[in-house]
Amino acid sequence: MKTTQILIAGFGGQGILFAGKFLAYKGLKEELQVSWLPSYGPEMRGGTANCNVILSDTPVGSPIITTPDVLMVMNLPSLQKYVDTVAPGGQIYVDSTLIQEKVTRTDVEVFYVPATQLARQAGAGSLANMVLVGSLLENHPELSFDGVDNVVSSMVPPKKAAMIELNMKVLTLGREYGK
Amino acid sequence: MAERVLMKGNEAIAEAAIRAGCRHYFGYPITPQTEIAAYMAKKMPKIGGVFLQAESEIASINMVYGASAAGMRVMTSSSSPGISLKAEGLSYLAGSDIPAFVVNVQRGGPGLGGIQPSQADYFQATKGGGHGDYRMIVLAPASVQEMASLTIKGFDLADKYNMTAMILADGTIGQMMEPITFEEEEIRQYDKPWALTGHEGKRPHNVVNSLYLKPEELERKNFERYERYKLVEENEAMWEEYMMEDAEYCVVAFGIAARVAKNAVVSAREKGIKVGLIRPITLWPFPKKVLEQAAQRVKGFVCVELSMGQMIEDVRLATNCKRPVGLVCRSGGMVPSPDEVLAGIENAVKGVY
Repeated sequence: MKTTQILIAGFGGQGILFAGKFLAYKGLKEELQVSWLPSYGPEMRGGTANCNVILSDTPVGSPIITTPDVLMVMNLPSLQKYVDTVAPGGQIYVDSTLIQEKVTRTDVEVFYVPATQLARQAGAGSLANMVLVGSLLENHPELSFDGVDNVVSSMVPPKKAAMIELNMKVLTLGREYGK
Repeated sequence: MAERVLMKGNEAIAEAAIRAGCRHYFGYPITPQTEIAAYMAKKMPKIGGVFLQAESEIASINMVYGASAAGMRVMTSSSSPGISLKAEGLSYLAGSDIPAFVVNVQRGGPGLGGIQPSQADYFQATKGGGHGDYRMIVLAPASVQEMASLTIKGFDLADKYNMTAMILADGTIGQMMEPITFEEEEIRQYDKPWALTGHEGKRPHNVVNSLYLKPEELERKNFERYERYKLVEENEAMWEEYMMEDAEYCVVAFGIAARVAKNAVVSAREKGIKVGLIRPITLWPFPKKVLEQAAQRVKGFVCVELSMGQMIEDVRLATNCKRPVGLVCRSGGMVPSPDEVLAGIENAVKGVY
């Protein structure tokens, strides 16, 4: 039985829920059991947003994550709030353009990804979330990078077709930082 | 096999309702169930159905009353404070003995409360809410797939017994996405000779009403109604048993609480504690028999709820207090963690309730 619990957190508007949805769809494509649980309510109207994604080869019990295996954070308050909840041996993906603080825990693997900067350079300033997703995919063979283009195409509405290419571009940029 | 798609629990209810033949939706927006109305607003006009955002919850339940009286499959949805507003209509529907389908995606209360998940409307759903001698069929989904399957079931039971069937979900199950498949299934149609469809001079008037000024007549109506309720209690209770074969302790939980409790049961089993879970799927009729039988074998029960402890009363009644019943609960929009439930199980093992 293998289960991966991913907690993604940041400000509303950074694409936190979208990043989670992407991972859930990718998990679905890989025929895993998945659950996606968003924060809802005030978070949607500004302030902090987070979502819980669980990927498993057996049915998902509680969709609520208390001890994430993977934490992906896009602002400092989220890092401070969740850093101690990560399971020992877990991973933390930090947008290092937006968060200067370093993780002091030594029992977790930390990836500092200048996601916002990379996204801006790629001409896709709003896709820092997907840079981090790219880094994560590099380390998660259960999801793998193969077939991400199909997932992107299925999630981006046809009238925003140009976004497909940009998403692929930033996902690939992120991969390098997951190595 | 049908394709697995990702869907929110609320959307699954809406899609399943349409598949069940519902073409009339009346509602008023409230978090955390607004996706149901949004889905209906998008879909109903395309399939010749009616989506109507009423001026209030009270208006919307009375629109349900009207459409149902005309023999239509009809629904409304809301969240806790909105359901309180609909309570009068629920009583009238019951008093008129006509079907309806109602969804409550619960949030923390009482009062305006909060918007985070809760199960604190258990009493309201299973014991009344509105006035008078009546019952509703109450279904408690614990997954997105069940949000759909119990919606289809709910419409069927409502028509079968001329009662209101209510989905009692919570903010978590409503908001979460999970894979779901929609199998093609046959939707049973029921004759509704009582429906107000126009008599065309060919039959006497049908009247849908809940007013009976002669007490003898009203009593007779209530007796008849309870004969029907008895059939529902005998035939329609649903539940899931998990790891109960050799269980010495039994966790009882429904909806999201059951999902959390499953994690705790797995952890407890790893520690060598023989514990299982009984998850009521119908809250009314309450699955009394399976709990009564469990009480013969287990040493104790642990009830897990997102309320101050409401279903626990039915667990005690169903088991005639034969075994002690512990309670693990959070309230106001908080959800117990698997560790809290595990601690509750360990307490039961120690004899601490």
